[in-house]
Amino acid sequence: MSFDIPDDLYYTESHEWLAESDGTVRIGISDFAQDELGDIVFVELPAEGDDLDVGDAFATVESIKAVSDVYAPISGTVTAANDALLDAPEAINEDPYGDGWLLELDGDLTDDLLDADDYAAQIE
Amino acid sequence: MSLRKPPLYEAHAESGADFTDFGGWEMPVSFSSIRDEHAAVRDSVGLFDVSHMGELSVDGPDATELLHRLTPSDVEGLGDGRALYSCLLRDDGVILDDVIVYDHPTESEYVLVPNAGHDEEMLARLREHKLRWDLDVDLSNKTKETGMVAVQGPDAVERVDAVTADDVTELDPFEALETTIDGVTCLVARTGYTGEDGFEIMFPSEGSDAIEAAFADIQRCGLGARDTLRLEAGLLLSGQDFHSEDEPHDPFETGIGFVVDLDSGDFVGKPALERAVEDGPNEKLVGIRLDERAIARHGHPIVDDGEAIGTVTSGTMSPTLGVPIAMGYVDADFAATGTELTLSIRGRDVDATVVDTPFLDSVDAE
Repeated sequence: MSFDIPDDLYYTESHEWLAESDGTVRIGISDFAQDELGDIVFVELPAEGDDLDVGDAFATVESIKAVSDVYAPISGTVTAANDALLDAPEAINEDPYGDGWLLELDGDLTDDLLDADDYAAQIE
Repeated sequence: MSLRKPPLYEAHAESGADFTDFGGWEMPVSFSSIRDEHAAVRDSVGLFDVSHMGELSVDGPDATELLHRLTPSDVEGLGDGRALYSCLLRDDGVILDDVIVYDHPTESEYVLVPNAGHDEEMLARLREHKLRWDLDVDLSNKTKETGMVAVQGPDAVERVDAVTADDVTELDPFEALETTIDGVTCLVARTGYTGEDGFEIMFPSEGSDAIEAAFADIQRCGLGARDTLRLEAGLLLSGQDFHSEDEPHDPFETGIGFVVDLDSGDFVGKPALERAVEDGPNEKLVGIRLDERAIARHGHPIVDDGEAIGTVTSGTMSPTLGVPIAMGYVDADFAATGTELTLSIRGRDVDATVVDTPFLDSVDAE
């Protein structure tokens, strides 16, 4: 089975993705992660203005078969949460890198993130 | 200890199934998506491998008496080709396992079907009482050499009838007949665990390729969809909704008092059940609709004004209704339909309401 791993994103070993534009970093979970979880039915997100430290469990993503925490890959302040997911969490399954994004942080990317090739090697 | 594998294991692996350990068996949990598999059964038809269920042969002159005295149900009243849902009880009335008893349509034997991983335990219980009561009964565990599939959904009758040598459309619920599918002798019973019409089909495991081929174009469904379907239908899962050690309950507390026939003569657990009828249950298993989006899981506390009044035993997001549902035990004072409860879900208080089961009939879809 092959998973979608866009080249222009950064990744973590715990299967989050990050995209930076204009000083804002958008975060979600990877195609591999959504497939592992299966049908996602519930998402809990932090509020705008929350401060996250790297490693914090900032969101809960729950599928029919499992519940999983999502960890902050970098530190920063939450500038937006994708509240559309609260009513339509299946967007994470359908479009993990698009409509299925989780939140945006005001923060900086760090050197220890994986690029698409490194991440692809990890989930092989 | 290595996991037991169902006879159709290789076929499932080729279909891309994800597997999980269930009752000591390596079983498919899903093939495509739980949601799609669930919808197939509600809308048309789906096939489950349920070879992890036990099959015990109970035969001999005193077979009827043994089963009649080990269950709270009227096994003596069963006729050839009829089946009943029942349970085996401990002396104190606690359910050890729930079972289906089939009075074989053509053989003298009964086939007792306990849950996955309970076959040896139930066999030991039968053997112990056979000796204690000095009964002439032949017992054997046929779990390993027996395969079992469930074909369930509104199209199931038509699809099964198309491949059986005999007409199965006239079978009543809990009626079984012996027939063949592509030359393989099968026991076909109008039973299931999904809330839909359909059949459960037992066959010798060496015939599994023929059975697999006969139903090749039917959606394969795993244990994930089996769990969401049975929960929507308000059906119990042994080991989760009741458990002789972790969640000990009698049939009345568990909501299956309909299997108890106190006029059927002596049976193991009867004095305890008579006392339970007199005293009324302390706790009851109830259906619960969550009023907010959250998923209740096994073990989550049920509270009232900060005080624990019960525990969730099963919960999911209902794929058909689009509403989170659960089952759990509550103090009898809180068991009436419409009672408002609070569930404590990973530290968060979630409002919920007691509803009737099956959920499909009592809860409006969103």
